[in-house]
Amino acid sequence: MPSETPLSRRSVLGAVAAGAAAAVLRPFDALAQAAPITKPIPSTGERLPVVGLGTWITFNVGDDAELRDECSAVMAAFFAAGGRLIDSSPMYGSSQPVIGYAHQKLGRPPALFAADKVWTSSGSAGPEQIEESRGYWGVRRFDLLQVHNLLAWESHLPQLLAMKAEGRVRYVGITTSEGRRHEDIERVMASHPIDFVQITYNVLDREVEDRILPLAQERGIAVIANRPFREGSLIRTVKRHPLPSWAGEIGVMNWAQFILKFIVSHPAVTCAIPATSKVAHVKENMGAATGPVPDAALRRRMAAHVEAL
Amino acid sequence: MDEWWTYTLSDLLLFSPRTYYRMLQRHNETLWPGQILTLGLGLGIMGLLRRPAAWQGRAISIIVATLWAWVAWSFLARRYAAINWAASYFAWLFAAELLLLVWIGGIRGRLRYRPSRSIAGVLGFGLFALALAFYPLIAPLSGRPWQQSEVFGIFPDPTAIATVGLLLLAEGSQRWGLLIVPLLWCFISGATLWALGSTAASA
Repeated sequence: MPSETPLSRRSVLGAVAAGAAAAVLRPFDALAQAAPITKPIPSTGERLPVVGLGTWITFNVGDDAELRDECSAVMAAFFAAGGRLIDSSPMYGSSQPVIGYAHQKLGRPPALFAADKVWTSSGSAGPEQIEESRGYWGVRRFDLLQVHNLLAWESHLPQLLAMKAEGRVRYVGITTSEGRRHEDIERVMASHPIDFVQITYNVLDREVEDRILPLAQERGIAVIANRPFREGSLIRTVKRHPLPSWAGEIGVMNWAQFILKFIVSHPAVTCAIPATSKVAHVKENMGAATGPVPDAALRRRMAAHVEAL
Repeated sequence: MDEWWTYTLSDLLLFSPRTYYRMLQRHNETLWPGQILTLGLGLGIMGLLRRPAAWQGRAISIIVATLWAWVAWSFLARRYAAINWAASYFAWLFAAELLLLVWIGGIRGRLRYRPSRSIAGVLGFGLFALALAFYPLIAPLSGRPWQQSEVFGIFPDPTAIATVGLLLLAEGSQRWGLLIVPLLWCFISGATLWALGSTAASA
C-alpha cells in the first residue's frame, strides 16, 4: 500500500511534532492556574484581573541581556497565570524597552492591558513622549494612559481625553504615590471624566480609605493600587513573623498573598500592581487573585494584625 | 513639583543594586584591557608630579580632561543613561569640568601640581593614590567579583576622587572653581550608593 507510507510518515512526524510541542509547552501548562478573580472597570464594565504587574525598578535593567530575559520570563509567567494589566512609565528608565523586548521574544499576548503614563513638565512634549513610549512597547495603542504624579496635568489631561475621543487610547487616568497631592487627586477625580486613578494603598498605608476610595466608587473610577509591598520593605518586615493561623480562611498561602488580598478586597480597588523580577514571586502574587476574598470584618482583623507586628 | 521635599533618596533610585553592579561589570568587560591604559595614565601623572617642569601642569590637566571626556561619553552617556535618565545630565556636568580643565590648566597654564607636606598636599596625594590603588579593591573587599572593580579613568567615582586629590595639590586660586564638579559628583554618587546600600541591606 504505497499511499499509506507517506501518510504513516506524516502521522509519525505529526506525532513527533505533537510530542515535542507538548514537551515544550509543558512548562506553560504547569504555570497555568485557576482563572483569576476579576473586577469591572466602572466606566465600561470590562473586567480586569485583580492582580497586575508593575515595572518600577524591577524592569529597569538597561540592555543587560540576561536580566532582560529574566523580565521576559516574569511576563510569561504573569500571562500564563491569567494576568493582563502591565503598568509602566517613561520615568522608569529602560522599563518600557524591556517590556517591548519581552513582547518581541514571547509574542504579544492578546490579553495584554497596556497601561503607561505621560511624564513631562511640558504639555506640548506629551504627544511625542506617548508616541515614543508606544514604540518601545510595540503596541498599536495603549489601553490606559495616565498623567504620572499629576505632572503638568492641566495640559496633559485634555490631550489624553482628546486621544480617547479619537479612539487612540481606551482609558484615561491620573496617578500619585505615597500619599502625595491627595487634595489635587480628589479635585481632578471630582471634576474630570477620568476612568482610572492610581494611588498607593496597602495594609499599612490606608489614608485613601477616608476620601479617595469612596470618591472613586461615587464617581465610577477604577482604582489601581501601587506600592503594595512598600517596595519590598513591608513584605520583608512581615516575613519575620509566621502567617496567622486564620489566613487559611481566605486561601492565603504566604505573606505576599495576605497583603495583596487585603488590597484587592476593598470594594473600590480594581487591581494592585506588585513589581517583581522573579517568576516565583509572580506565581505567589497571582495566587492572591484566586480563592475566597476577605469580608470587611476580616479585613479589619488583617490590618490590626499587621499593625501589631 | 512642589512636593520634592517629600521624596527620600530611595524613592529616587530607579534601579536595583544587582542591575547597577552588573552594569559596572559589563562596562569593564567591554573595555578590557583599557583599564591597564588608564591606570598607566594615572601612574604617569604620579610620575609627572615629581617633575616640576613648566609643561607639567598643562600635561596633567590635558590627561585628566581627556579621562573626564572618556568617562562622560563611554560610561555616563552610553552606559549609565540606559538605567538612569539623569546620567545624560551628569555627562554634561562632566563636560563642563573637562572644558574648565582644558581652558584653565591646558590652554592658560594656570595649574601647577606641587606635592607638599602641607595638610592639603598630604590629603591631595593621599586621595589621588587612594583613587588609583585602593578604589578598585572595594568590589572584591565587599564580596563582589573583581570584574565589578571601579578603575580610575574608566568609572566616574575614582576619576572624580583622583581629580579632587590633584586639585588639592595644585597652586593657584582657580583650582577652587574646578573642585565644584568633582565634589558634586562625589555627593551624587555617594547618595546613590547609600540608597543602593540601604536597598541591598534590607533585601
